[in-house]
Amino acid sequence: MSRRHQNFRNYRQEQRLTQQRVFAAAIFVLLMAIVLMARLFYLQVIEHELYQTKANDNRVMLVTEPPPRGLIYDRNGLVLADNRPIHSLTVIPERVESFPKLKQMLSGIIDISDDEWEDFDERRKEYRRPYQSLTLKSQLTDEEWAKVSVDLYKLDGVQVEAQLTRYYPYGEAFAHAIGYVGRITSKDLETVDKLAYQGALFIGKTGVEGYYEKTLFGEAGLSKVEVNARGRIMSELERQNPTPGKDLHLYLDARLQQYAYDLLGDYTGAVVAIDPTTGGILALVSKPGYDPNLFVRGISIDDYAKLRQSKKLPLFNRALRGGYPPASTIKPFMGLAGLEYGFSSWTERYFAKGYYQINPDGRRYRDWKRTGHGWINLERSIIESVDTYYYQLANKMGITPIHNFLTRFGFGQTTLLDLNGESHGLLPSNEWKKAKYKEPWYPGDSVNVGIGQGFMVATPLQIASATSALASKGHYFYPRMTQLVGDKIIEFPDGLGDEHDIVLKDQRNWGRMIDAMRKVITDSHGTARRLQGTDYEIAGKTGTGQVFSLQEDQEYDADSLEKRLHDHALFIGFAPAGNPKISVFAIFENGGSSSKPADLTKALFDAYLHDDYPARYDYLKGDKND
Amino acid sequence: MTDSFYRRALSFTNARLWKLVHVDVLLMGALLLLICGGLFILYSASGQNVAMVERQVFRLVIGLMICVALAQLPPKYMRRASPALFIFISVLLVCVLLFGVGAKGAQRWLALPGGLRFQPSEIMKIVMPMMIAWYFSDKQLPPNFKQILAVLGLIVLPVLMIAKQPDLGTALLVAVSGVFVLFLAGLGWRYILGATALAPAAAYTLWQFMHDYQRQRVLTFLNPESDPLGSGWNIIQSKTAIGSGGLYGKGFLQGTQAQLDFLPESHTDFIIAVLAEEFGMLGCGVLILAYFLVIARGLYIAAYAEDNYARLLAGSLTLTFFVYMFVNIGMVSGILPVVGVPLPLVSYGGTSIITIMATFGILMSIQTHKRAR
Repeated sequence: MSRRHQNFRNYRQEQRLTQQRVFAAAIFVLLMAIVLMARLFYLQVIEHELYQTKANDNRVMLVTEPPPRGLIYDRNGLVLADNRPIHSLTVIPERVESFPKLKQMLSGIIDISDDEWEDFDERRKEYRRPYQSLTLKSQLTDEEWAKVSVDLYKLDGVQVEAQLTRYYPYGEAFAHAIGYVGRITSKDLETVDKLAYQGALFIGKTGVEGYYEKTLFGEAGLSKVEVNARGRIMSELERQNPTPGKDLHLYLDARLQQYAYDLLGDYTGAVVAIDPTTGGILALVSKPGYDPNLFVRGISIDDYAKLRQSKKLPLFNRALRGGYPPASTIKPFMGLAGLEYGFSSWTERYFAKGYYQINPDGRRYRDWKRTGHGWINLERSIIESVDTYYYQLANKMGITPIHNFLTRFGFGQTTLLDLNGESHGLLPSNEWKKAKYKEPWYPGDSVNVGIGQGFMVATPLQIASATSALASKGHYFYPRMTQLVGDKIIEFPDGLGDEHDIVLKDQRNWGRMIDAMRKVITDSHGTARRLQGTDYEIAGKTGTGQVFSLQEDQEYDADSLEKRLHDHALFIGFAPAGNPKISVFAIFENGGSSSKPADLTKALFDAYLHDDYPARYDYLKGDKND
Repeated sequence: MTDSFYRRALSFTNARLWKLVHVDVLLMGALLLLICGGLFILYSASGQNVAMVERQVFRLVIGLMICVALAQLPPKYMRRASPALFIFISVLLVCVLLFGVGAKGAQRWLALPGGLRFQPSEIMKIVMPMMIAWYFSDKQLPPNFKQILAVLGLIVLPVLMIAKQPDLGTALLVAVSGVFVLFLAGLGWRYILGATALAPAAAYTLWQFMHDYQRQRVLTFLNPESDPLGSGWNIIQSKTAIGSGGLYGKGFLQGTQAQLDFLPESHTDFIIAVLAEEFGMLGCGVLILAYFLVIARGLYIAAYAEDNYARLLAGSLTLTFFVYMFVNIGMVSGILPVVGVPLPLVSYGGTSIITIMATFGILMSIQTHKRAR
């Protein structure tokens, strides 16, 4: 039946039908082939240049090679900031299949703290160039390095990279002067050339490291390389070598710095020593310091919190930012001001009672010596540090001459040439008080300023540099850290660093004031007579500052009630008095009597002038001393 | 005129001998041209990996052997075996869903003893058109509505099973191979137009059945720049490779996209981009021409085949081969979504080469077993 049925079928027609369909399909195939060719034409001819560029962007990468950072030397050629090779465990996130797995595998090999992982995960999410490695753990020990190296083949995307890291061999005593470098943050990158810093690990944050960042960094090398998709460099197309950063040679004397730091003992405080013949800073101490190497490694949150919350404020640079009343150390300057404006003379005598009153029934401004000093003159007022003399002098002068005169010594301004973060202190004036308190200046305000108290606040650096100017009889240098950049004497822009003379109406007053300060030590009533017995002459002035809290920080006040009742102990001095080579300001916070800073100053003079430091500082000698 | 041209071409060789071993010289010649060109590209795409090229040669030789072996089998035996084969492979597809093995969330293989793996869906690409062609072999063409529905039913079941694995690319190709038979059998144009009109609705339904990663592919296709380092990476890099090749290409082994590994899957699915980068539009033109020769010969065989079964089967297999090529080049050049279809006979990889060569074995059988008229 089926056969018969088939007999009716028109096979020819069916074949023709299918052939028609095959023909239609062939046309369709042809059309589609044309579509493909048209698409290829569009990509390969019309858009060719666009994709050519894209392909080149893919394969050509600019790689920066960070230059070795310039070293920082002290005046004797001792390296204070060094570059050291380290091995770090780095990871190329793009090549890691699974981070939990990597974490698990690594934990079997070396210790990586949760902090390090957290930090790593955070940086992984920030914008970066693809296939750039990120440090997971820096500064591997030799043992860790060996352990990881054995298993590296199993760990995709993990490598050990050799890098140069910054190292501060002498730690905390130098932290406030040298500063530190730290990891580059995205905020840092806003201020520098991003490309140049691409391969760099660190950027100078504070101190000399921060101020001289550009000089120390040098110029990054730049090479054009061909890379594959996994970021591996296949060939170098062009290359420009890096220019190493320039070395800095500071005025700083490492032994003096460390010695001063140690002499402060358990006290918080600051010491600034300046060479009056150059303005160069020989020591810039703020105690306590901190280990700057912590910041290089990337300080842990805990360590940082500890530093921040410490009641001794180790991160606070007292030498540059501490606002202290200069107390009696202001008296030589006040005396010179009186002479300059004719309010006092060397011969004029004054009867010093135990107190001073502006009006007969007014408030009694007490002298430190309850019984008074009797008949004295200007010279004696320095030797015995007679408060009442300066109460009356300041009251006679009023604030304007005081302000004008002290301004010439750098009070109330920033004067340091090459460190950031210096504070202005406060040299009060009529206008200042009006602006700040909407009140006129009262005579009582002047009385307090007369003995370096009241509104007046100065930084250790200001007092030290003013002392240095006094020591050199008015030859004023802006204080500075750096002597040589590379092998060239540093030049500050616009003649900023130029020295100048403070000229008094009677230039002999310099010598006479220095004489008076010499007698502070040599006179049997001198307040610093304990410094007698040197084979060179010291000129100095003691001071005990009534405490008010550090301006920068109110919390300080809140604790150790007992101790905070103690006065700050201050001393300024220079030596040899006739031909000063070093001037020093020292402050012991809550140090009580000024004997502590005086003794410290003398010890520094002995060591510096005779080059005779305790043997334990031999390691800080430097090669130039040999 | 064409016929005499072929005769003259054939007269260079002993036409009787080729007929005896059931090899169609023109089809074989076009295939060998394509295969040799493909190996040449693979050498560059694999990063001059000779071992890889050798493995590919090995597979191709196996494929050629299967091709020639199948060519010996007269089409009538194929026709008779079609329903049984279809049922057998369908059962295997059920097994894949039940016991299948696979990777990355897809379950596509059956594990055979001895560590071998077997992918039934791949065989279905051949068996599906065989089945539909068999169905039409004793019926008068064009098909009526009832027959169309029956055929659609035959298509839908295996396709759904393959789509469920999930393997959307293969499912679509299997469906297409069945639909081509229907088309060649003379499916009325009004049905075709109607289906085209319904396509958007079908696309929406398909979307509902898609897995997330499949949807992602479609989304990436629509806007590759939305995720340039993730799912868009492949298509951006392949377009860059193709576009940067220009008219004449960068030269053999000189393609930076391919040689520096920016081009993903350069030796498998994206191999055409290597050709396009190194030999430019000219090279692509030659390759497409080679495909066109193969397809033209296949369609010729279909048009002049002996009976309905042979015509429908040969036509469908040839057109499916074309779809392979078109989908691959289309996806690599960015006019179609990325659906994991290799470039037939050129991409590195096992299963597809074997099935495609089997396809051409069937075509040769159809061409060489014709009774002389």
